Amino acid sequence: MRRPLVPRASRPHRPSRGGGAVRLLALLTVPLWVWMGAACDSDGRLIAEVGEEFSGGEVTVFNSGENAFGLPAPQLSREEERFFGVGNSFFNQNWVQSPASTTARDGLGPFFNARSCAACHFKDGRGRAPEFDGERPTGWIIRLGVPGQVDAFGSPVGDPSYGTQIQDAAILGFDPEATPVIRYEEITGTFADGTSYSLRKPLVQFEDTAYGPITGVSVSARVANHLSGLGLLDAVPEADLLAREDPNDRDGDGISGRANRVWSVAQQQHVIGRFGWKAEQPTVRQQVASAFHGDMGLTSSLFSEENCTEAPAGCNEAPNGGSPEIVDDALTHTTLYASTLAVPARRDWDDPQVLRGKNLFTAIGCASCHIPEMRTGTSTVADALSGQTIRPYTDLLLHDMGDGLADDLATFDASGSEWRTPPLWGLGLFETVNGHMTLLHDGRARGVVEAILWHGGEAEAAREQFRELPRDERDDLVRFLHSL
Amino acid sequence: MRYVLPLLAFVFAGFLGACDSNNIETLKADSLETYATIVHASYEDSYDAAVELDQAIDAFLASPSATSFEAAKTAWLAAREPYGQTEAYRFANGPIDDADGPEGLLNAWPMDESYVDYVMDESGIVFTGIINSDDPSLATIDAALLEGLNEQGGEENVSIGYHAIEFLLWGQDLSETGPGNRPFTDYTTQVNANRRADYLRVVSDLLLVHLGELVDEWAPGQSGNYRATFLAQDPDQALADVFTGIGTLAKSELAVERMFVAVNNQDQEDEHSCFADNTDRDIVTNAQGIANVWRGSYTRTDGSVVSGTSLADVVAEEDGDVAGTVNSNTSAALTAVNAIPDPFDRAIINQQTVVLDAVDALQDLGDSFVTAAAAIDIIINNELPD
Repeated sequence: MRRPLVPRASRPHRPSRGGGAVRLLALLTVPLWVWMGAACDSDGRLIAEVGEEFSGGEVTVFNSGENAFGLPAPQLSREEERFFGVGNSFFNQNWVQSPASTTARDGLGPFFNARSCAACHFKDGRGRAPEFDGERPTGWIIRLGVPGQVDAFGSPVGDPSYGTQIQDAAILGFDPEATPVIRYEEITGTFADGTSYSLRKPLVQFEDTAYGPITGVSVSARVANHLSGLGLLDAVPEADLLAREDPNDRDGDGISGRANRVWSVAQQQHVIGRFGWKAEQPTVRQQVASAFHGDMGLTSSLFSEENCTEAPAGCNEAPNGGSPEIVDDALTHTTLYASTLAVPARRDWDDPQVLRGKNLFTAIGCASCHIPEMRTGTSTVADALSGQTIRPYTDLLLHDMGDGLADDLATFDASGSEWRTPPLWGLGLFETVNGHMTLLHDGRARGVVEAILWHGGEAEAAREQFRELPRDERDDLVRFLHSL
Repeated sequence: MRYVLPLLAFVFAGFLGACDSNNIETLKADSLETYATIVHASYEDSYDAAVELDQAIDAFLASPSATSFEAAKTAWLAAREPYGQTEAYRFANGPIDDADGPEGLLNAWPMDESYVDYVMDESGIVFTGIINSDDPSLATIDAALLEGLNEQGGEENVSIGYHAIEFLLWGQDLSETGPGNRPFTDYTTQVNANRRADYLRVVSDLLLVHLGELVDEWAPGQSGNYRATFLAQDPDQALADVFTGIGTLAKSELAVERMFVAVNNQDQEDEHSCFADNTDRDIVTNAQGIANVWRGSYTRTDGSVVSGTSLADVVAEEDGDVAGTVNSNTSAALTAVNAIPDPFDRAIINQQTVVLDAVDALQDLGDSFVTAAAAIDIIINNELPD
C-alpha cells in the first residue's frame, strides 16, 4: 500500500504563531487554556491552540474551494481509495427505473425524492429549503408522524397513506404523492443594542395530494446535511458520548443532554443514535441504507421491503431492480465513501478577530453542547479514522431546543422539541460549496446569526447572552463560526 | 513557424548553462507553450475528424445502405481517436470544464438510451424517447431543442454528444460478445425513421459547433481566448492546472471511475463506449493523451509530430530521479492499457487481472505526477472533483 504523499513540510504555507518560547508557554498552560477555551501569549494576546486548524485530525484537507467537502481522507490505502471511487459513483450517478440495461443501477422508486444521493447532497454538501412558494430545490424533504405515537421500536408512526415521508416524484405509471409548498412568516425582534432582526418561520402545506388529504400528522421539513467527517463521528467511543449525558441536569447548568436510543436493524437491539437531525440513526451504514430506501425507493439488506403504504395500488407489484436493489457490496462501498470524506481545515484560525469570537463562543455557553474537541476510538470502516483528535463542535446528544424549533415529531427517545447538536465543522464553506448559508433542520435560518437566535429551551440562556452582545462582539462570534 | 520561437528560447537557455537560476523559469514557460500547442493541435484533429464523420453521416442519410452506414460507423471510431487524447486537458480549469462548458455536450455518459430512442425489453421494441414522442413540444428536432434537453434532470439524461451519435449508429449492445447491431433500415422503413435521421443530423452538427469552440479557445495569436489567459497567468498556477489534469485523469477518473468501477460492478453496460464496444480505445487514447502532455509530444492524425519543451524537461531540471520515475511509469501505463483485450465489457469479466494491472499502473502514474509537481514546488491533488 505505497502512497507517495505530498511531504508534510510542503503543505500550503501557514503563518507561524510566534516563537518557540511562546509555544512552550502555551503548552505549559494547557489546563488554563482548555478551561478558558483560548490561549494568550505573554503579552495577553490571544493565540491559537496548536493544531486547531486540523478539524478532522489527520483526516483534514486543506481545500476551501467548491470541492472542499468531496475529498477522501488523505491516509486511505490504495484499495480503500478505489472503493471510495466505487462508492462515489453510486453516490453521484442517477439510479434508473427498472427494467434497464444498466442492471447495477436500476430499481428506482416506485416513489422517490431524488434519483441520486448527490442530487440532495450536492458536492457532498448541504441542501436548502425553498426560498419562496413554488421554488423546488433538491435536498429538502418532509417527514410525517402521528403525534404522540411511536411503534414497538420507538420509530414514528407514519400517515396510513403517505408513510413517514412525502415522496414528491414517482416512476412512470404512478402519481407522485404530493407537492409540498412553503410559506414563511416573518417574526421580528431586537438585539439588546436596539438593532432589529427578523426570523422566518416556515409553514409547509401540500398540493396535488394523490392519495387523499394529509391531516392529523405532524409535518417536519428536513434539509440534507453535508457529509464531512461522518466516519470520525461514527468512531467516537460510545462511553465518551454517554459521559457527557446529564439527563437530570445534576450540574445545574440548565443543560441536560442525553443520547438517543434507536433501533439498530443490523444488531436487532436498541443502541445509541448519532446521525440525522434527531440522532435517529446509529451508524453511517444504516443512515445510508435508510436514505436509499426513503429518498430513492431502493431496497437493501437492512431495508428489504419496498417503501410502500396501503394507499397507492400496485406499489409492491411495481417492477423492481432485484432483491435487494442495492447489493451489500454496493452498500458497503457507499458507506465507506460517506464515512471517509475528509473534513476541510479551518481558515483564518489564528486571526485575532476569529480568536476573540472563539473566546466568546465558550464564554456565552455555546461550547457546552457544541463540544470543540473529542477523540475517535477504533473505526470499523477505515483505519485512517481511528485515534484522531477531532474538532466537530458537537456532543451528538439530544437537547430541548424550545417551542420555536419544535416539530412535535417524536423519534425514539427524542421528543418533539429535542434535536441533536449538529456538528459545526465545515459550516463556513456552505456558501462556497452549495451557494447558500441557510441553517437548522429545515433551513429556516438565513445565516449563523438567525440560527443562534432560533435557539431556545436549554440554549435560551446562551442565546440571550448573544442577544446582549454589542455589535462588534457579535461580529467576532460570526467570524469565528465562518472559520469552521 | 509557431514552434520555432520556443525552440530558439530553449536553445538559447541551454547556452546559459544548466546551473543558471533563470533556466527553470524559461523551461516552465516553454513547457506551457508546448502544452498549449499540443492542446490546439489535438482539438484541431478532433474537429477535422468530426467533419469527416459529419460528411459520412450526411452521405448515409442521403443514400442509406449497409455500406454507407458502415462508413459512418468507421468515421465515428476514427473521430474518437484524437478526441480521446484531449481528455488529458480535463480537470485543469480549462474551457472544456466550464460550468456551462462543452464537456457535457460532447462526451457525457452514460447514455440514457430510452430518453433518446427505442429500447428492447422482454416483449420486444419499446418505442420511447424524444425520437418516438408525439409531445407537441418535441415536434421539431433541432439544435435548440436537443441542447436544451441534454442532461435535464441529471447526468443520466444524456441526449447529445459522441455517445448519442454512437447509440444512433450502433443501437443498444445486447450482444455478449460484439457491439450493438442497429439495422440501417432504422433510417428508412422503421417507425419514425425521418425523426431519427433529423436527430442524427442535428447531433452531428452540434458536435462540430462544440469542438469548434474548443479549437478557437486554444488558437494561437489571438487575444481574449483561453490560450492567451493560460499563458499570461503565473506559470506555477498554469503548471498546477496541467499537472492536476493529468494526475486526476490517471489516478481517479480513468483508473477508478472508468475502469475499476466497471470491474467491481461486473455490469456489461457500465462502460464508456458501450454501444460500439470501443471502450478499450477510449482507455488507450486517454492514457496516450496523458503521455503526450508529460512528454511534450503529440502525433497528429496525419502522422506529423508536434513537440517542444516538456513537463519531463522541467521536472528533470530540478530532480532527474523523479522525472525518470515518471518516464518509466508513463511507459508502463501505456503498455498496461494496450494489453487490455477488446471488448472491454468482456475483459472486465474474463481478464480482470489484466484490467487491474492497468488500473495499478495508471494509479502509480497519477501518484507520481503529484511527486513530480512537488519536485518543482507545486502542490496538486489528483482526487476526482464531484
